[in-house]
Amino acid sequence: MSSPPTAPPAPPEAPPEPPRRPRGGRAVLALLRNAWRGLTSMRTALVLLFLLALASLPGALLPQRSLNQQLVDKYFADYPRLAPLLDKIGAFEIFATPWFAAIYLLLMISLIGCLTPRSLEYLRAMRQKPVATPRNLSRMPHHAEAEVDGTPDEVLERVRGRLKGWRRAERDEGGVRTVSAERGFLRETGNLVFHVSLVGLLVGIAVGKLFGYEGQVIVLADGNQFCNTSILGYDSFNPGLRVDGTDLAPFCIKVDSFSAEYLPNGQPEQYTAQLGYQSAADVRSGDTATWRPDTLSVNHPLRLDGERVYLLNHGYAPRFTVTWPDGQQRTGEIQWQPVDTTTYLSQGATKFERPGIADDATRQKSSIAITGLFAPTSSGGQVVTSTYPDLLAPEAAIDVMRGDLGLDDGRGQSIFSVDQSKVDSGELVRVARENMVPGQEITLDDGTRIRFDDVTQWVALQVSHDPGQVTVLVFAILILLGLGLSLSIKRRRFWVRVVAAEPGTDGRARSRVELGGLARTDRAGYGEEFDRLRADLLEPAAASTAATTRNGGD
Amino acid sequence: MPVDPMLSEYSDLLFKGALTVYVLAMAFHAVEYVTSRARVRAVAAEAAPEPAAVGAAGGTGSTAGSGTADHGRVSEENADVPPPPVKASRPTRSRADRFGRMGVSLTILAVLLHFGSIVLRGLATVRWPLGNMYEFSSAVCLAAMVAWLVVLQRTSKRTRGLRKLGVFVLAPVLVLMFLAGTVLYAQAAPVVPALRSYWLSVHVTTVTLASGLFFVPGVASILYLMKRSGKPAGFVAKLPEADVLDRLAYRVTVVAFPMYTFAVIAGAIWAEAAWGRFWGWDPKETVAFVAWVIYAAYLHARATAGWRHVGAAWINILGLAAIIFNLFFINMVVAGLHSYAGLG
Ligand code: HEM
Repeated sequence: MSSPPTAPPAPPEAPPEPPRRPRGGRAVLALLRNAWRGLTSMRTALVLLFLLALASLPGALLPQRSLNQQLVDKYFADYPRLAPLLDKIGAFEIFATPWFAAIYLLLMISLIGCLTPRSLEYLRAMRQKPVATPRNLSRMPHHAEAEVDGTPDEVLERVRGRLKGWRRAERDEGGVRTVSAERGFLRETGNLVFHVSLVGLLVGIAVGKLFGYEGQVIVLADGNQFCNTSILGYDSFNPGLRVDGTDLAPFCIKVDSFSAEYLPNGQPEQYTAQLGYQSAADVRSGDTATWRPDTLSVNHPLRLDGERVYLLNHGYAPRFTVTWPDGQQRTGEIQWQPVDTTTYLSQGATKFERPGIADDATRQKSSIAITGLFAPTSSGGQVVTSTYPDLLAPEAAIDVMRGDLGLDDGRGQSIFSVDQSKVDSGELVRVARENMVPGQEITLDDGTRIRFDDVTQWVALQVSHDPGQVTVLVFAILILLGLGLSLSIKRRRFWVRVVAAEPGTDGRARSRVELGGLARTDRAGYGEEFDRLRADLLEPAAASTAATTRNGGD
Repeated sequence: MPVDPMLSEYSDLLFKGALTVYVLAMAFHAVEYVTSRARVRAVAAEAAPEPAAVGAAGGTGSTAGSGTADHGRVSEENADVPPPPVKASRPTRSRADRFGRMGVSLTILAVLLHFGSIVLRGLATVRWPLGNMYEFSSAVCLAAMVAWLVVLQRTSKRTRGLRKLGVFVLAPVLVLMFLAGTVLYAQAAPVVPALRSYWLSVHVTTVTLASGLFFVPGVASILYLMKRSGKPAGFVAKLPEADVLDRLAYRVTVVAFPMYTFAVIAGAIWAEAAWGRFWGWDPKETVAFVAWVIYAAYLHARATAGWRHVGAAWINILGLAAIIFNLFFINMVVAGLHSYAGLG
């Protein structure tokens, strides 16, 4: 802090003490003290701010894992030599690296160390009387002098009236009466509120990082449900550092329908999903019969008690029914993945295990997978592509695969494709290739029938929980208020010195009045206000010849 | 919602009209600048030209009886003293003055056209007209020009020398506006679902205003550095005093910075509703943060010995660079949630 408002005990940026060479414990103490001084100096704050800005930049220029893992992988492929080096210093997750944390923690320490003494100083200054009137007011940046009518007492009365709202102190220096006045303390208050709130904001963010979580789940929009009872219910889950998933609020969501509106050019206009939900309190109280209705849309999450549910994405799930020759039937419907985000051409794999067969080997050999592409608005023709994202002319271009899907292997496999190794080994064989529209049915060589029933929409939901969020908002508002105060309010001082003068020719009492003004903030305009004060206090004497003014241009 | 092609065409016409009038205004200001005289220094001690006065300030300030903190400040206040009004004594207006006045009148006309163009865009699309980069850049230019007119209006009585800076303010704004009308141009159209929120108007409007405002201090700081370096001599002699430029930069920055802070907070509130988290280090968010930190550093530099003047000015320029970088580069080159540039 280079320029505290009132006289500091020592200018903190003064050069360090002359090198005395203390020994042992004293040396350590001196070292610590100097380190502390260095850390809490304004120049250090400046350097740290710069470092913070500099360190954040790669976060914008390099792909970040937290945002897009694919882009990071691509970067590794494009720059095979550079990427691993960058990765070593955490360049792909800048905001989680220890050295980024080090910078802002140092900044916070510096801030607290810098602001504590300043706050104390501020409290003291609030209680002290404004400083005495300088001997030589004409050396002040703003200065005016004149003779006015009235005794010094009358003049002082006028001054008091005019300086309402200023902190004032009057002094009598042997016949010379002075008033010192000060204004604009709120600036300092604002500055403190601002900086302290920065710390508060960081604390709020930290709480969120520790105790918050985020989970994504895909739910079919045909009355399917999702309950927030365990991490396993999610497709992906990012827990905070202190979240182990055992204590989730057990609310449930049922997605009744989804609809999207599009412009003729395919640009989406609005997405909405109709939901029913049961809050955690409902579930805990055993009230699981009724669903509270809600409409979820982009920008309008469902806000539960502590959790928020967002509509992130949507897509299609074609529904197929397989009828085996023995009459056994299975219907399958699972989300296919949009591969083109403008036309919603989707790809996926719907898998069926043959039911009613006790023998493992036989059952495995006659499993069926339907894979391929799905177009919500098909281009028609032999090669199916999609021309529009809405469900206007759905068509699927499918391969029917029969054989061993490898679902019993215990290895996880993608829900969007079949296990390629099974295809390569010949355990899974393509038995048909067909373009199908809903309602159409095909029969395989062994008499198995496959019907494309219909298409269901799915929605991708995100559940977010951030217990620090409200704290962050409150401090953000305080930051703004503090900033507003500290940048708009000017600290300024004003002095008046009054002495009795020779009575005028008409015998009326006259006083000699001298004004001085000093602005105490960075290039703040004070001239206008001073001009007004001068006019109000001296102008009655405008005729008097002695008025001299010198003051700032603004 | 359908787009009204008529209105959108009129909007484009007004945009072109505004651009043309701005060019004219800049030409007038250019003539004003070239024909204006170098400022006659007022009594040297009075005007306290820097940098000499800064070093000398320690002596004068001591009478304040209020400790070291005031030393630098006293001299800064001294520097507020304007040179005596030279023009008042001259009865007829100089050529520079006439050109300057016309430049300002044209700027006002252009601002009106420009504003009309943006309003018509909004009417044509029945939405807040800040939905793609063309609209956004256009509005930033308008904000910069309005900020400039306000500065002129507020300082007209005291700091006459500022008006001829018009050419320097108009030049970068015109470049941006030209780019907006060509490279960035996008047909009037509705926006994607994520942008359908009243936070769009709050957040984007304030970002636009703040970005526009930041143009003025950026230009002032560049001119300030040139003036201080004294080169090229013929050019800088006509600039206002370094101190006037410096003060202009500071004054506008302290208005723009809280507005920018508000805009970032509003953006975070919107992000919470639209994307599920209030802050996610999306590239746009990251650079907004960087720019914010740079401007905070600017304000700190002004309270740090040895950084008050040249250092602070450089930081201010860096801040503007970050703002512009965020406006263009991030939208067009880096993929992120904010990539709604409408460029393809
Ligand atoms: C987290 C990082 C920080 C940010 C974003 C920040 C931001 C700001 C801003 C925007 C101002 C302008 C308000 C004004 O001029 O009154 C300011 C002023 C100030 N800051 Fe900070 N600050 C930070 C850290 C610090 C630290 C570490 C210190 C102490 C070393 C500090 C000391 C000050 C002081 C003394 C002022 C008042 C300057 C004056 O009198 O003009 N700040 N800060």
